[in-house]
Amino acid sequence: MTATASTTTVRHTRVPTAKTPPSGRLRAWATRAPLLPALIFMIAVTQLPFVATLVISFFDWNALYPDARSFAGFENYTEVLTDPDLRKSVLTTILLTASVVLASLVIGLGLALLLDRRFTGRGLVRTLLIAPFLLVPVAAALLWKHVLYNPEYGLFNGLLHWVGGDSAAQPDWISNTPLLAIEASLVWQWTPFMMLIILAGLQSRDSELIEAARMDGASDWQVFRHLTLPHLRRYLELGALLGSIYIVQNFDAVFTITSGGLGTANLPYTVYQSFYQAHENGLASAAGVLVVIGSLIIATFALRVVSSLFREEASR
Amino acid sequence: MAASTDTAKAVKARPRARGSLVGLAAWLAGILFFLPIAWMALTSFHSEEDAATNPPSLAASLTLDGYRDFFGTGGGASPWPSLINSTVASLSSTLLVLVLALPAAYALSIRPVKKWTDILFFFLSTKMLPVVAGLLPIYLFAKNTDFLDNIWLLVILYTSMNLPIAVWMMQSFLAEVPKAVIEAAQIDGARLPTILARVVAPIALPGIAATSLICFIFSWNELLFARVLTGVVAQTAPVFLTGFITSQGLFLAKVCAASLVISLPVLAAGFAAQDKLVQGLSLGAVK
Repeated sequence: MTATASTTTVRHTRVPTAKTPPSGRLRAWATRAPLLPALIFMIAVTQLPFVATLVISFFDWNALYPDARSFAGFENYTEVLTDPDLRKSVLTTILLTASVVLASLVIGLGLALLLDRRFTGRGLVRTLLIAPFLLVPVAAALLWKHVLYNPEYGLFNGLLHWVGGDSAAQPDWISNTPLLAIEASLVWQWTPFMMLIILAGLQSRDSELIEAARMDGASDWQVFRHLTLPHLRRYLELGALLGSIYIVQNFDAVFTITSGGLGTANLPYTVYQSFYQAHENGLASAAGVLVVIGSLIIATFALRVVSSLFREEASR
Repeated sequence: MAASTDTAKAVKARPRARGSLVGLAAWLAGILFFLPIAWMALTSFHSEEDAATNPPSLAASLTLDGYRDFFGTGGGASPWPSLINSTVASLSSTLLVLVLALPAAYALSIRPVKKWTDILFFFLSTKMLPVVAGLLPIYLFAKNTDFLDNIWLLVILYTSMNLPIAVWMMQSFLAEVPKAVIEAAQIDGARLPTILARVVAPIALPGIAATSLICFIFSWNELLFARVLTGVVAQTAPVFLTGFITSQGLFLAKVCAASLVISLPVLAAGFAAQDKLVQGLSLGAVK
């Protein structure tokens, strides 16, 4: 999709210049010139490697046996799609992304609704809530793994001990529920992001319309259900889609908390592992192409949402 | 008259009572979300023995041992090279992003080229391509050209990672400069550099600053590229953080100190850019 986007832009910008006289053409190029370095840089650094990935994905290529490289057609893809581990990692990726996005969206909505009201110390509460998002992801993952989840002296079991006394349960959080452990840490980090986007949506509501509805005797719930929620729809969609794009690619939390073990390996981790540790270049590339196809499906929706918001903004 | 003021009072009083309840709930949520960080900060000032107690020891005596340990005075690897690498990589790539994105944003807003929305969306679509998909060719390229474990490779990659965000953000900031003001300056005979410095810059500068801070944060946080493409020489702070836990002995206070120190630049940049954070993270879609 990115490739087609680039070719269409190139075609579009070329057509008019062919018809304009030389001086006009020169001026068109002068207008275009500031754009070119960034455009060329992006194509070279992001599009070319992907083309290479696509090519490698059709080869049987293990980095430890470079001489045995041969064209394999779709073999890597059939192997990737039939490999139970890889299939599991596709499922894990979907589960991880969907649950984290959904949970952080719902909690973020609740927090945004609270922060939209006036109360003492609102700015400070906002700052406290944003803080988790501003921790380096690796640091956040380490914090959850060692400081909170540790079965012997982590804060969670410490609090259980405090409340329940010596007979309190002391679960091993990461071993018992590995995926949930990762999800909880990601929800903690991503809820502020969702909250900020939804809060921006809440603050762009038409206050006169809400005032008018209140005057007509609409209850808080009715205002929320029939005015606020429809207005927020786009912002919720945007939050969900941007969140999905970032969380589908999550590597830091999986790598740090479980190292992909206990059935928590998602696709980015699997791709990383298959070429960095197993040196299976062909397989890793095929898996990478599959990740791209998955992201493109999400991205198509995301682009649509962004462009509708963009047009709305432009028409104002 | 009297009746209407009474109802007005009632309408005002009701939200006030609920307002304090909302405030209480918001404060509770804020404290709950912040608690892990507060606990991490407290633990970082405890001795390793006090950090590893169950139930937790809140009132243990404070010490800087965790920080001393982290900075390598205890004989471990020093974090300074990786902190310097991260600083170089983040600052250089942010600078490169600015150099590339500013002219591009200019050509997409103030003097827009034809079909400028298409180009804007091309930039955005590259952001949706998962980095992991291009990782292997980049690794092979680096290996064959001796660019492995070289901080400048990360600078290039971080630039490509942040350029779309920066172009989108700056486009939206530059678009806020009123066209009429620019035209008026042109009529007065002002040349392009003067217009940029006197008219555009004052309006767009806060936005450009916020964009830079966000690019800095993303570069500083990045782990996957740094982990795969660097080794001993060019190791960045997040990679250092993943590698420095040993299974021997107690390390909780040290981990907390390390996590806090390494997060400090991001926390500072994030709070500085707080107001423009949403606009940046939503790629300019939300203002």
